[in-house]
Amino acid sequence: MFTRALRDLDWPLLVVTLALCTLGVLQIYSATLATKWHDAWWKQIIFIGSGLVMMWLLSTFDYHAALNRVVYLYAASVVLLILTLVMGNKVFGSTRWIKAGSFTLQTSEFVKIVLILLVAKLLADWKLETLAWPDILKLAGVVGVPMLLVMKEPDLGTSLTYLPILACGILMAGLRWKYLLILLGILVITLPIGYHFLKPYQKDRLVSFIDPDRDPKGTGFQVIQSKIAVGNGGMWGRGAKESSQTHLGFLPVPHTDFIFSSFAEEHGFVGVVIALVLYFLLIMQVVQNAQTAADRAGLYICMGVAGLLLFHVLVNVGMVVGRMPVTGIPLPLLSSGGSNTWSVFLMLGLVNSVRLRRFVN
Amino acid sequence: MPIVQNEPRHESNASSEHLLRDDAKKSGGKIAFFQYLTVAVFIFLISGFWKLQVQNPDVYSEAAERNRIKSTPLLAPRGKILDRDGRVIVDNKASYSLLLNRDQIKWEHLPAIADAMGLDFNELAAKIRRMGSQPQIIIKDELTRDEMAFVESHQDASAFPEMDLIRSWKRQYPQDGFAAHVVGYVGEISESELNLPQYLDYRQGDIIGKDGLEREYDSDLRGVDGQERVLVDSLGRTRKAETSKEAVPGKDLKTTLDLDLQAVAELAMDGKRGAVVAMDPRNGDVLAMVSRPAFDPNKFTGRISRKDWTEIAQDKDKPLLNRAIQAQLPPGSTFKPIMALAGLEEGVIDSDTDFFCPGGASFYGHYYACHLKHGHGKISVHRAISQSCDVFFYNVGYRLGIDNIAKYADIAGIGRKTGIDLPNETQGTMPSTRWKLRLTRQKWYAGETISVAIGQGAVTVSPLQILSALGGLGAGAVWYKPHLNLDEKPVLLRRGNFKPEDLQQVISGMFGVVNEGGTGRAAQLPTVKVCGKTGTAQVAATELTKGARMSSSLANHAWFVGFAPMDNPEVAVVALFENGVESYNAVPIVRDVLKAYFDKKAREANPQIARKAPPAKPIPVATIEDTPQPGDTD
Repeated sequence: MFTRALRDLDWPLLVVTLALCTLGVLQIYSATLATKWHDAWWKQIIFIGSGLVMMWLLSTFDYHAALNRVVYLYAASVVLLILTLVMGNKVFGSTRWIKAGSFTLQTSEFVKIVLILLVAKLLADWKLETLAWPDILKLAGVVGVPMLLVMKEPDLGTSLTYLPILACGILMAGLRWKYLLILLGILVITLPIGYHFLKPYQKDRLVSFIDPDRDPKGTGFQVIQSKIAVGNGGMWGRGAKESSQTHLGFLPVPHTDFIFSSFAEEHGFVGVVIALVLYFLLIMQVVQNAQTAADRAGLYICMGVAGLLLFHVLVNVGMVVGRMPVTGIPLPLLSSGGSNTWSVFLMLGLVNSVRLRRFVN
Repeated sequence: MPIVQNEPRHESNASSEHLLRDDAKKSGGKIAFFQYLTVAVFIFLISGFWKLQVQNPDVYSEAAERNRIKSTPLLAPRGKILDRDGRVIVDNKASYSLLLNRDQIKWEHLPAIADAMGLDFNELAAKIRRMGSQPQIIIKDELTRDEMAFVESHQDASAFPEMDLIRSWKRQYPQDGFAAHVVGYVGEISESELNLPQYLDYRQGDIIGKDGLEREYDSDLRGVDGQERVLVDSLGRTRKAETSKEAVPGKDLKTTLDLDLQAVAELAMDGKRGAVVAMDPRNGDVLAMVSRPAFDPNKFTGRISRKDWTEIAQDKDKPLLNRAIQAQLPPGSTFKPIMALAGLEEGVIDSDTDFFCPGGASFYGHYYACHLKHGHGKISVHRAISQSCDVFFYNVGYRLGIDNIAKYADIAGIGRKTGIDLPNETQGTMPSTRWKLRLTRQKWYAGETISVAIGQGAVTVSPLQILSALGGLGAGAVWYKPHLNLDEKPVLLRRGNFKPEDLQQVISGMFGVVNEGGTGRAAQLPTVKVCGKTGTAQVAATELTKGARMSSSLANHAWFVGFAPMDNPEVAVVALFENGVESYNAVPIVRDVLKAYFDKKAREANPQIARKAPPAKPIPVATIEDTPQPGDTD
């Protein structure tokens, strides 16, 4: 099984993945040179290396086994999230991490995988042509609980990444147009109410997204500086030496959430298009695995992964060009950070697991 | 577009509980929907980059440049103002100024900054609101030790990063208003000045010459500010120096002023109100210029507060007025030499024409008194000038008519700006029939001519004007433009085409004023032949000029214009002593200046004497031994 997994891995997917990882490591190296994060690049290499191993191991593992145990995984996730809330490490004013030895793990990142599996399992079991209201509510309920817990950390960005999993599931299971319209209506109505429950800094972020020049030194700072960095890149980029926005500290976190700003400053529009094309290929390759999946569950898993990746790219890159509010979610495979990198590789492992079992025999 | 690859599928009939291949096939449309969505998302994102990186990269690269390059102005020192011998009148003192960087200004910091700098918060706030796109503004000059300490302790990125200390230059003027009106003063450019076309290149917060030479020669004096550019990071810390632009210091202005003469003139005017001007009638060099009351220009330098400004500007003594070029008063009897010349040239009198002065005369049914109640008796032009007989000149005026008087007065420059290189010179008035018609739409009454004939009535002059007029007469009827810039070539304005004997007649009359027991006898000097003419500006009696009255006091103003030597005069001096009551009170002022001029000349010709006897102190006016007699009034 292990060797077959190696031979039959989705190599195009892997090539695209590694290309993006290479861009990421180079960019992390360049952006953190002479900063306190200057060792982030080789840490990232370790995360990628270990991530690759995780991916390979998971791909050898039959996803049906995971689906059958997903209820326990889900229960464990909820408990873990509660534990994180109770005894987690406070970083940047929110408790998102659990310390495990010398490592800090962001639990909410791994909950994504459990949610993908759970949604896939539920939908596959129901075998429905279209979803009825109780089904939608059930799905929203199981996704909503961890979402609320993560929101409570508070980590609005990550909690929002659970939404595309739900949305993709509902979309793939089949939804009547009428329902879709009603759901959209509910969303439009609840958004202003939800705004009241946001933390002040979250409100500021939303306000500064709409009007970044209102307080250019305050919350709008990140958006403005990111746009300046992107624009400063021009067509061909400034190169690693001339990228002043990155290297003089005007970009808030040039190796994590805003890594694409610094990438855009150094490599210009041409570099941006290349990177985005790689992301497009990545997502399409995952979608292709959904099409070849042997069963509904496999399809739902792949589409969940694809939807999640698309959402990450949309929100993170959109934020970089000022077309999305600042939510603080990382760019998969480029942003420096262990939890996210591993969670992406684990998801790709699931995709490969589906792929390896596409021939029903 | 959407990548819908179909791998060869192995048809299989195997069954499994999870095998729902048919169901999975039905998902094709939904997957296609997702693929279209993905394409839309990527188009949305790429268009965002297109807009920023391809459509307006300049906007953002400039913004990035503004981020990383911090430029602080290197202020150019203003040029010094020197006297004709190169002695410094106005200098600069190095000091520090506080600068605010617009991008970093936080409104909540301003009250604390205003407080520490002793500034009015509202004024500061208004100034910052007016900044527009200007990157920086200087809000306080010449910081004290305490203020510097405040800036240095709050400057860092975590406290008040908008503050920056820069080296600046504080203008240093002489003490006690010495030459204040000539040199003027500098100040922050005002909002109304910013709107003027000549200040197009100036910016809010710039220091400009506001008055006097500082204003007239501002563009030469100011120099060009440079810029120091450094690379900074987001916390405002300097990373490395970039190419800077050095400041170009302003050009020094060498003036025609003679500090020695100026000092004497200042001292002679001590405690008085009025003006003194000394000039070389041969080329228009202004050697000294004093106006009193004076002000201290040091108070004005830089950013004067509104309160201090109003206090000085609204002083009823008008200390800011440069009386030497802005006072407008009847010349009184100082006008008589021009009358005499006009009479002689027009042939209405000659050197032997006599008039009888019984102490007054009637014209057009009006009685006009002479200042000497018991009369001068039979009198001709020489004595008429030296004794300043009014009746004689009433008759000359009667015979000439106003337009003939105006013709000669105009040649002498009465009613014309002299064109001196100082701002806001007044024109004065020389009445004529046309002038009156234009101004009042009324005909000239012949009776008005009689007053004008003795320099009263509508005729008004500034001290510089009457000085230029009589000095030019003395120099042989040549009138040079008075000027203060030594590098400026003399400009001959007008030349009078008069008979030499007529001119000589008038000058000898003026010699009589000083040397033949006339009203100006206090101006006599032992070694030099001094000529001159006293005058009285009747404050209460002037009609058209009441608006120009200098004070509420109704006491007459005393005039004296003198020049020397009699042949080919080198120096001419005017003194206006406001409310000096009698004209002879102005004479010692002129005498002091003339004496200082010739003493200095003697010292320079014979340095031996200079070493033995230091220059005599000018004699204070109060201790003049030659006390004028009551009958000496004009």
